[in-house]
Amino acid sequence: MNEILTKAPQGHIDVRNFSLSYDSIEGPVEAVTDTQIHVKPGEFVSIVGPSGCGKSTLLNAVAGFLKPTTGIVTVDGERVNGPSAERGMVFQQYSLFPWKTVRENVEFGLKMRGMPRSQRERAARTLLGLAGLEAFEKHYPEKLSGGMKQRVGIVRALATGPKVLLLDEPFGALDAQTRVIMQQILTNMWQRLKISVLFVTHDIDEAIFLSDRVYCMTARPGSIKAEIPIPLERPRQQSMMMSSEFLALRRGLMSLIREESLKAMGGELNDMGLQGLNIELHGHSLADVI
Amino acid sequence: MSSPALVRHPEDSMPAIAEAAPAPAVTPPSFGTVALRWYRLNRGGLRAIAIGIISLLAFLLVWHLLTTYRVVFFVRFTNVPSPLAVYASFTKAIHDPKFLLHIALSCRRIIFGFSLAAIVGVPLGLIMGRFKLVHEIVFPVAEVLRPIPAIAWVPMAIMLWPTNEQSIVFITFLGSFFPILINTLHGMSLVDPVLVRAAQCLGARERSIFREVYFPASLPHIFTGLTVGMGVAWVSLIAAEMISGQYGIGYFTWEAYSLVQYADIALGMIAIGVLGLGSSLLIRGAGQLVMPWRLK
Ligand SMILES: Nc1ncnc2c1ncn2[C@@H]1O[C@H](COP(=O)(O)OP(=O)(O)OP(=O)(O)O)[C@@H](O)[C@H]1O
Ligand SMILES: [Mg+2]
Repeated sequence: MNEILTKAPQGHIDVRNFSLSYDSIEGPVEAVTDTQIHVKPGEFVSIVGPSGCGKSTLLNAVAGFLKPTTGIVTVDGERVNGPSAERGMVFQQYSLFPWKTVRENVEFGLKMRGMPRSQRERAARTLLGLAGLEAFEKHYPEKLSGGMKQRVGIVRALATGPKVLLLDEPFGALDAQTRVIMQQILTNMWQRLKISVLFVTHDIDEAIFLSDRVYCMTARPGSIKAEIPIPLERPRQQSMMMSSEFLALRRGLMSLIREESLKAMGGELNDMGLQGLNIELHGHSLADVI
Repeated sequence: MSSPALVRHPEDSMPAIAEAAPAPAVTPPSFGTVALRWYRLNRGGLRAIAIGIISLLAFLLVWHLLTTYRVVFFVRFTNVPSPLAVYASFTKAIHDPKFLLHIALSCRRIIFGFSLAAIVGVPLGLIMGRFKLVHEIVFPVAEVLRPIPAIAWVPMAIMLWPTNEQSIVFITFLGSFFPILINTLHGMSLVDPVLVRAAQCLGARERSIFREVYFPASLPHIFTGLTVGMGVAWVSLIAAEMISGQYGIGYFTWEAYSLVQYADIALGMIAIGVLGLGSSLLIRGAGQLVMPWRLK
């Protein structure tokens, strides 16, 4: 445990000249093109972008599940070529092992590493305590709420002491209140463990609230449209979300995303046309607009 | 965590409150209260048991009436033994070592045939589910052999195996083998790929993924296969015994017909039913032991 908690910041993610195409019957589908991103050791970076722009593709390539078509992904200078315990991942669909108890789920990575049972039990208990889950160590995942499942997922990914943590819309399925609490928990863990985080979300508030930096992607084929530093001070409080600084960042990101979402939703329905009609899209569904 | 109040999830407060609740209120509830509570919680189950008993009794009553009045209405109950006659031959049979031997031999054949099918079918299904080449090689053969009912194998089995006993076990094996194999394969094909990915980025290698993800994830379907396989094992066994046996409960039933001992026919049938039910209960129990996470 102590070794996990006190190690120096590391986990420099570097994605260079990255592109990735999927094969399909109609030929290769370019999901991500000409993309550069980097995450400095200990930094919290988010990726936002319209649906289908390739956020998951990019994240899965960093995790090592997908090979880039061109370009290179490195972590601390080492080329990524397959999944590894150095890069922890949290999935939107919870992905806990239903046949393992909460504690056994958390122990899994340590077991794979060959840690003796008593030692890994102790480590798992400590970690579960940090997430307020010690009372549930013997429960099977099925009996937990969505928020609890995802907390176990985060704790499980952190148990092996990875250099970086990758999260793909981890709170997408949670209700608003639970989501806020989960953001706080994630921030706390990140600050304690000093690891790098790459966080995919479609929630702009969430991205600003959590991150040091936010990448905004273009519609498919995705590439980086903008990189926005978030200079809000830490520790961040919920009240900051009303500050003018926060709102200005939000407005900026919002308009970037809206441009791209319109492109993603249909080529024929272009931004120019909507501007000509002088319609404010915000708060309306596209069906209302048409 | 500097501000524990903030990170506490609302759901966690429940056990905390329960612990903090003042102690004096816990006078042990009276026996009556407990009994009442138990009754309320298990009302559904009790009702099912009560109705089940009533329906079995009604079945016996109808059987009794049909046979005592020798009803002939499309089907003929003239020679069908009454429940009492069957009961009488049952009390005689349980003291008859020959009857017990019939049952013991059938059970032994089931144990051999079924265990063999499970020992071959489950691992083969797991390996076929994991390695495409094995699947591509084995699957076509399995698909061709699968639709052949085990009974149709009787002549072939007699040719293949030197003793009658071996050919009967072989037919029992064949009957349960395909359901076990196919269900295991099905389970493997439904394993959630996200769980495999989760295991991979926790450092699991091929072997561990097989043991820790594919196998437990397929267990529910494996047990479905075992349950179905056990049913088909009995079907195949009884058919094989009737055709080529000298012992076994299937042979006993067929022999009773040739010897015009009508009560023994029904006794044999009921024995087969009870044995089949017992063995599938055993498998269900084993499933609950092996898959505690599926307990409701
Ligand atoms: N296996 C695949 N084969 C072909 N095309 C794919 C495949 N997986 C994804 N795509 C396509 O690649 C694009 C990017 O997919 P990806 O899942 O990375 O998007 P995303 O930004 O994560 O979207 P979302 O916000 O909906 O999660 C999508 O348009 C998708 O249709
Ligand atoms: Mg996605």
